[in-house]
Amino acid sequence: MNPTRHAIGLGLRRGWTEFVLSLRSPQDQGFYLFTAVGTLLFLWFNRDNELEGTGLMYPTYALPSILGALLAFGVVIGPAFALAMEREDGTLLRHKALPHGMQGYVTGQLTFHSLSLFPSLLTILVPSFLLFDGLMHGGAAGWFTVVWVVVLGLLATLPLGMILGSIVPSTQKVGTWGMLPVVVLTAISGIFFPIQSLWGWVQGVAQAFPTYWIGLGLRSAFLPDSAVTLELGDSWRTGPTVAVLVAWALVGALLTPRVLRRMARRQSGSQVEAAREASLQWVH
Amino acid sequence: MRAATDADPVVSVRGMRMSYGSVDVLTRVDLDVRPGEVVCLLGPNGAGKTTTIEILEGFRLPSAGQVRVLGEDPATAGDAWRARVGVVLQSWRDHARWTPRRLLTSLGGYFLPYSTPECPRPYDVDHLLGTVGLGEHADRRIGTLSGGQRRRLDVAVGIIGRPELLFLDEPTAGFDPQARRDFHELVHRLSDLEGTTILLTTHDLAEAEKLADRILILDGGRIVADGSADELTRRVAGTAEVRWMQGSERFVHPTADVVGFVRQLFEQHGDELTDLEVRKASLEDTYLAMVQRSEVPTTARLQEVAR
Repeated sequence: MNPTRHAIGLGLRRGWTEFVLSLRSPQDQGFYLFTAVGTLLFLWFNRDNELEGTGLMYPTYALPSILGALLAFGVVIGPAFALAMEREDGTLLRHKALPHGMQGYVTGQLTFHSLSLFPSLLTILVPSFLLFDGLMHGGAAGWFTVVWVVVLGLLATLPLGMILGSIVPSTQKVGTWGMLPVVVLTAISGIFFPIQSLWGWVQGVAQAFPTYWIGLGLRSAFLPDSAVTLELGDSWRTGPTVAVLVAWALVGALLTPRVLRRMARRQSGSQVEAAREASLQWVH
Repeated sequence: MRAATDADPVVSVRGMRMSYGSVDVLTRVDLDVRPGEVVCLLGPNGAGKTTTIEILEGFRLPSAGQVRVLGEDPATAGDAWRARVGVVLQSWRDHARWTPRRLLTSLGGYFLPYSTPECPRPYDVDHLLGTVGLGEHADRRIGTLSGGQRRRLDVAVGIIGRPELLFLDEPTAGFDPQARRDFHELVHRLSDLEGTTILLTTHDLAEAEKLADRILILDGGRIVADGSADELTRRVAGTAEVRWMQGSERFVHPTADVVGFVRQLFEQHGDELTDLEVRKASLEDTYLAMVQRSEVPTTARLQEVAR
């Protein structure tokens, strides 16, 4: 029996268990519901707005971008929070005390956060199709594009979440270290309004990160070809989309194991104990 | 790597030092733990107990010294070594949505590749749950377990892989008396039936006396005493206190030779003696004496350094 392969198998099962437990938890159900209702209300109140000169209704234009933003946001902040928390509550230390435990743990995290993407996207996608007309112009080819953009987007952003969760000093800091930059990045990535309305250098910054490209890829899947005039360079830039996302995925795949190993090396019982005491002080 | 024989110590530490910046937590630690022994590491807060045990677990690097655990250096030992070592960690709020059965099955799975006919790993989950007294709580959410039940689950997680060597850091902190007794029985069973070598730290002297074959007292960053509870008690001068009344006067005299002293007392005073009482020195007296003796005024007592 190959212990590494065995540990990865255990990790996959761990991720699946975490996913099932999360679906059954009222807390997580509440989170999915809250995100979905918020997004749908936003689209609903803007349902009669027409984007000037395109004949496109606002929900049609905004939905793919919002899905892209949710993907990037959820897949970065989710693992960052989970990892920061499980460093403090001893989950990670338990795995460090097992043979090949870290491999199983990381596999479990990757599995869980990939799976969690489904409910968060589906709870928005399904009701949107019931509420609004003319959302998908790409047909079967469009859905195919959705799948590869989501998969590449996942591979590009998930490692960022793991790295963030490994380097933040404490769970409380995920907000300032993680949430803030991701929110700013989302705001400048052409999710809620076209990127052309921003200054040139801001456009440059946005295009260095995956969020913009995930949104662009999803828009190319959902929107009619005529909408391409709203994009930079009047093109869907499919080639560059693939290139940028793959580049991020490669950087992540190279960097993440190193960062995780460094973080795991520093885990010890007294660290967990210190975090527990710090958190008790927060409560009282 | 040569094959371990019975004579080889399971844990062997020579000249271990640990400092954080300019602060020395361990100045020089030498210790041996032999196969099958239950050894208790005793010492005041900040003496370096947790640091010592974390170095032996391979979770921390010592600043200097030679450390051997099961024949390997824990800092560089691989996963096969890890499979032979059990660590009992104090849980807090992890895996709240899981059940004890699910968690033990999941974590125990990692030991399967290291199972041998002589030493089948991991333990059967149901059997283990029964052993630690969690049988009827096996399918409850861990988040709903009481503190004592959680700690028993911690012990189960620590031993699921049938370790040859088990580390326990303050295992009974926060236990009620019943849970404490149950835990002591569990340790005896592990040690007697499985021959598990056990190294634990505690503040509780009664616990050390009850569990340990051998007690090590750690103070000021080094081992200041090493022996069984009896040996340690004998080593401190005046192992017993004789109290008596003579007329209306009360006397107290510490002595190592109780019988001789009392005989002499009777020869000298005979019938005048009333209320004769002999009190043996407790491990507590011994411990306090040892810790005080090792105290150097300039040694600053450290808070447990949490890093």
